[in-house]
Amino acid sequence: MEWSEVKGRIFDIQRFSVHDGPGIRSIVFLKGCRLRCRWCCNPESQEYNIQTMDKDGKIETVGRDVTVAEVLKEVEKDRVFYRRSFGGMTLSGGETMCQPDFAEALFREAHERGINTAIETTACASEEVVKRLVPHIDTVMMDIKHMDSEKHYAFTGQHNELMLKNARVIAEMHNDLIIRVPVVPTFNDTEEEIRAIAEFAATLPGVTHLHLLPYHAFGTDKYRWLGRPYTMSDIETPSNEHMNRLLAVVKAAGLNGQIGG
Amino acid sequence: MSWNFKGSLPKSDRIQLLVDGLFNSRPQIEADRAVLLTESYRATEGEPIVLRRAKAFAHIVKNIPITIRDHELVVGASTKVSRSCQTFPEYSWEWLESELDTVATRSADPFYVSEETKQALRSVHPYWKGKTTSELALSYMTPEARQAIDHNIFTPGNYFYNGIGHVTVDYGKVLRIGFKGVRAEAEAELAKCKVSDADYARRSAFLQAVIISCDAVCEYAARYAELARMKAGSEVNAKRAAELEQIAKNCDRVPANGATSFHEACQSFWFVQMLIQTESSGHSISPGRFDQYMYPYYRADIESGKITMEGAQELIDCVWVKLNDMSKVRDLASAEGFAGYSMFQNLICGGQTADGEDATNDLSFMCLEASMHVHLPQPSLSIRVWNGTPHELMIKAAELTRTGIGLPAYYNDEVIIPQLLEHGETVSEARDYNIIGCVEPQSPHKTDGWHDSAFFNMCRPLELVFSCGVDNGVQIGPRTKPVSEIKSFEEFMAAYEEQTNYMIELMVNADNAIDYAHAELCPLPLESCLVDDCILKGKSMQEGGARYNFTGPQGFGVANVADACWAIQKLVFEQKKYSMDDFKAAMEDNFGKDMDAGMAEKLTAQVAKQLAANGVAVDKNHIVTIYNEIAVNKCSADRKSYYDKMLADIAALDKFGNDKPEIDAMARRVGYTYTRPLTKYTNPRGGVYQAGLYPVSANVPLGAQTGATPDGRLAFTPVADGVSPAAGRDISGPTAAANSVSRLDHFIASNGTLYNMKFHPSALKGRAGLESFVALVRGYFDQKGSHMQFNVVSRETLIDAQANPDNYKSLVVRVAGYSALFTSLSKSLQDDIIKRTEQGGF
Repeated sequence: MEWSEVKGRIFDIQRFSVHDGPGIRSIVFLKGCRLRCRWCCNPESQEYNIQTMDKDGKIETVGRDVTVAEVLKEVEKDRVFYRRSFGGMTLSGGETMCQPDFAEALFREAHERGINTAIETTACASEEVVKRLVPHIDTVMMDIKHMDSEKHYAFTGQHNELMLKNARVIAEMHNDLIIRVPVVPTFNDTEEEIRAIAEFAATLPGVTHLHLLPYHAFGTDKYRWLGRPYTMSDIETPSNEHMNRLLAVVKAAGLNGQIGG
Repeated sequence: MSWNFKGSLPKSDRIQLLVDGLFNSRPQIEADRAVLLTESYRATEGEPIVLRRAKAFAHIVKNIPITIRDHELVVGASTKVSRSCQTFPEYSWEWLESELDTVATRSADPFYVSEETKQALRSVHPYWKGKTTSELALSYMTPEARQAIDHNIFTPGNYFYNGIGHVTVDYGKVLRIGFKGVRAEAEAELAKCKVSDADYARRSAFLQAVIISCDAVCEYAARYAELARMKAGSEVNAKRAAELEQIAKNCDRVPANGATSFHEACQSFWFVQMLIQTESSGHSISPGRFDQYMYPYYRADIESGKITMEGAQELIDCVWVKLNDMSKVRDLASAEGFAGYSMFQNLICGGQTADGEDATNDLSFMCLEASMHVHLPQPSLSIRVWNGTPHELMIKAAELTRTGIGLPAYYNDEVIIPQLLEHGETVSEARDYNIIGCVEPQSPHKTDGWHDSAFFNMCRPLELVFSCGVDNGVQIGPRTKPVSEIKSFEEFMAAYEEQTNYMIELMVNADNAIDYAHAELCPLPLESCLVDDCILKGKSMQEGGARYNFTGPQGFGVANVADACWAIQKLVFEQKKYSMDDFKAAMEDNFGKDMDAGMAEKLTAQVAKQLAANGVAVDKNHIVTIYNEIAVNKCSADRKSYYDKMLADIAALDKFGNDKPEIDAMARRVGYTYTRPLTKYTNPRGGVYQAGLYPVSANVPLGAQTGATPDGRLAFTPVADGVSPAAGRDISGPTAAANSVSRLDHFIASNGTLYNMKFHPSALKGRAGLESFVALVRGYFDQKGSHMQFNVVSRETLIDAQANPDNYKSLVVRVAGYSALFTSLSKSLQDDIIKRTEQGGF
C-alpha cells in the first residue's frame, strides 16, 4: 500500500503553531492515548473512539478517519511558510505512537515531500514502534512527567518504566531530542521532583534541552463538555517565581532549560 | 550597501521632552495663513493664476508667525501651537464655516478654535465665495455624478475639499543644489523661452512663479536664522545657546544652498516637507526614501568624525517629532474616513537601489529605531521587502511591529516593481519606488499619482442590482432586470457589472471635473519645481507637468461582495434553498434584526432635532419612543425565525479568508469587476486610471451608508477593510487568511492593496516569535501579496474582543506554550490572558 493511502484517526489540525517545534508548524492531533493524565488539557484526545462533545448546547463530533493524503493536503497549504521559517508538520495527540502505521506513513510521506517532521510524545509504546518511527522524525519532543513510578501511575494511569526506557532508546538513535516536563502542582512541582527528572535527562546521550511547561487549566471546559469530572479544578498555575526556581534546578543539572515550549 | 548598526541606539532625554512638548496643548485651528492668503489674492486679481499662487505663498511665508519650540534641533513650524493647523479656503471653506462652532467638540479629530480665530476666518471666508476649486469642480460634474455622490455610491471628497498632496518631491535635489540651484534651473528655462512661442504666456508665468517660490523659501529660512540668533542672544543656558547658534548657521545655509552636514540635511528636509504643506492642504506628502537621499550626508559626517551614530539618531528622532507637529482639519465626514489626525507622511526604508542592489544602510535601521524612540504615528513608516532584504532589517522591523504602534507597513518589491514597469516606467525608476500615503506605490519626484481620488463602495452596486438601480426612490443606476427574472449566477454577475461600470463612469466624470478645477485654480509652483519634468515642460503638476500621471480611486468591500456572490451562487442557483426575491426581502428587512445601534442613535438625534426646530418639546420618553420606532425591527416572529435560519445557512457557507480556493477565486473575480474597467479611462493630465483596493478607515463610516448585503452583513455596519477578509470571518488562522488574500490579483490593483492582520504581542514573543512573524510576511510575499500591516492589539482590545467576539474571530494570542485564536478560548482563560497582559507578564 502507498503511504498516502494509510488511514488513521485524528481530531484536529492546527495551523500556524509557532511554539511546538522549530518555525511555523501545522500540528496534527491524533486520537487515542494510553495515559489518562489528570491534568490533560485535551481530554477529548484520550479515547480512540469517535466521541461527541456537548459544547453547552452545541453538539460537536470529535474525531474523524482520514488518509495520509488528506492530512498532507491540509499540511501542504502552509508549505511556503514552513520554507521561510524552517517549520513543518508536528504530530501530537493523544499519543501518536498508538497509531504506529498511520504515524509512520505520515512521517514518511511528509519527508517524501520535503516537509520537516516533529513529534510530541510520551513514548508509551513498544520499543519496536519507537524504533520504527524515530528515523523519520526530525525533532522529538518527549514528555517525562515523574521519576517515581507509583506517583506516575497514580496521576496518569501508567507506570513510567517503559517510557524511561524508550527515552534512552530515542536518545541513542536521535540527535535532536528535547525533554518536556509539564509542571503540575501536587504532582511534580517540587525542586526535588524536577531535579530527579533533570538529572535523568542529563544522562541521556545528546540531550541538552529541557522545557518546563507550567500547568494551566485550559481543559476545564472540555471536561464539562464531555460530561466528565475535572479533578484538578483547585490547582493553580505555578507562579513565575516558582518556575524560575525550578529552571535554576534544571540548569544546575547541566541542561539548557526554558519555561514554555 | 552595508551597515554598522547593531541592536539598538539610545534615546536621548531631549527626545522625550520634545514628544511631551507635542502634547502640552490641544490642537487648534490658526487663521494666519487664510488671512495672509486672502490679502494677497485681493492684491493680485487679474494676474495669471500661477503667479497669484506664488505671490500668495511668498506673502504667507514672509509674514506668518514663526516659532522655535523648546529643545528643538530641527526647526520650522507652520503653527504657533503644536499639532495645530492652518486652513486653505481656496479649496473649500463652507464646511469649515458651518462647523466652526462644533469642530472643537466632534468625536473624530477635534480642533480647538479661539473666538479670535473664528472671527478672522469669518471675515475672510466671504471673499472665497465662488472662487474655490470645490465650487468649480462641482460645476464641471454631470448631474448624474453629483447624484451618485449624494447617494453615497462613491465619494471623491478628498480632492474635492482639499489640495491633492500625494506626492514625493525631490528632497535630494534640494540637499544637493538648494533652492538657489532650483531657481537657476527655472531661470535657464526662462531664458530659453521666446516671446513668440505659442505657450510663452503660460510657460513664462509658471517659471517666474517657481522663481518667486524659491526666493520665498530662502527668505523664510532666513527668518528662522534671525530668530534663532535672537533666542541664542537671550539664552542663559550656554549649551542651549550654542545649539541655537548652530540652528542659525544651518538656516543661513539651507535650504537656499546644498547641505554640507547631516544636521543641515535634516533641517533642509524639514523645511521642504513643511513648506510644501503650507503651499497646499494636500495630505500624504510623503518623504519616501529618506534612508537613501540622506545617506551621503550621514556617511560623510560619520567618516569625518563630525557626528556619532548616537548624534545622528538624535537628529533623526527630532525630524520624526516634527513630522507629528503638523496637522490638518478636515470636514466631519472626511475626518471619520481619515481618523487619527493623520497626515499620511509615508517614509520608507530598505528595498533596492536603482541599480537593483540591496539598499539597506545604517539609516534604514535608524528610521525603525526612531519610530521606537518617539512612538508616534508619524511618519507612516514603511519597509520595502525583496528577496535580498537582510534578515537583520526584517527582525528590527518586527521588533517595531511588536511594540503595537502599527508600524512599519511591509511592501513587496516583487509585486510593485512589475506594476510600475507595466505603466511604462524604466527599470531603474521602478526600482526606486516609494509609497505615498497609505499604500500607493510610485516613482518619487516624477509622478502625480492622484492616489486617493475617491472611495468606491463596491457593496452599493450590489444593492442596486436588487433594486433595479433605485436608491431611496430615485433611479440612480441602470434599470437592470428585476432580480426575480435573473435565472443564472452569470446573469446576476452581469447585472452587478453593469451597475458597477455605470458608477465607475460617473466616478471618472467626477474625478476629472475636480482635476480640471485644480489645474485652473490651484497650480502649485513650489511643489512642481521639485517634481520632474515640470520645469522642463514649463507647467505645473496640476496641468500635467509630472512625467507620470495617474488617477487612483480605491474600491473597498471586496470581501463582502465576494461572500455575498458566493451566498447567491450557492443558496439561490445551486442549492435552490432561497430565491432572489427571498434575498431581496431579507436585505430590505435587515434579516429581521434591529437597526445598528450607532445609526439608530444618530437618526433619533436628527429626528429629535428636527422636532425641536419645529417647536415640538421633546422629552426623554419621547426620545425613547422615536428610537424604538427607528431601531426595532417590525418583522413578525415567524419572519424573524425564517431570517435567522437564512443567516445560519449563509454563515454555514465558506467565507473568503479561510484558504478555500473556490471562494477565493470568487473574490479574485469580484476584485476584477472594479480593477479591470478602471484601466480604460484617462485623466486630463494625460495619464491613466489605476485601481486601489484599500479603504483608509472609510470602511466604517461608508459602511454606515450601506444597507444589508447578501453575505449576512447587517445594514449600516462596517464593510471589510481593504483586501482583508470580512471582520471575524477568517477563522482558520493567519497563514490560511494570508493564502486567501494572496489569491487576489495584486498586480492589477497598482494603486495599492491593504491587508491588515491583528496579533496580540504575545504571538511575537521572544526571538522565536519575531522569526515566525518574519516568515509569515515572507510567505505572504512569496505568493505575491503586495502589502501587509499589523495591528498588535492592546489589553483594551482584548476586553472589547471578549465583549464582541464576532469582530475578533481571527485575533491570535499566545496562550502559554502555544498561540490560539482568542475568541476560541473559554471566558476564564480569556480573563487570564487579559490579566496577564495587564501585568505585562508575557
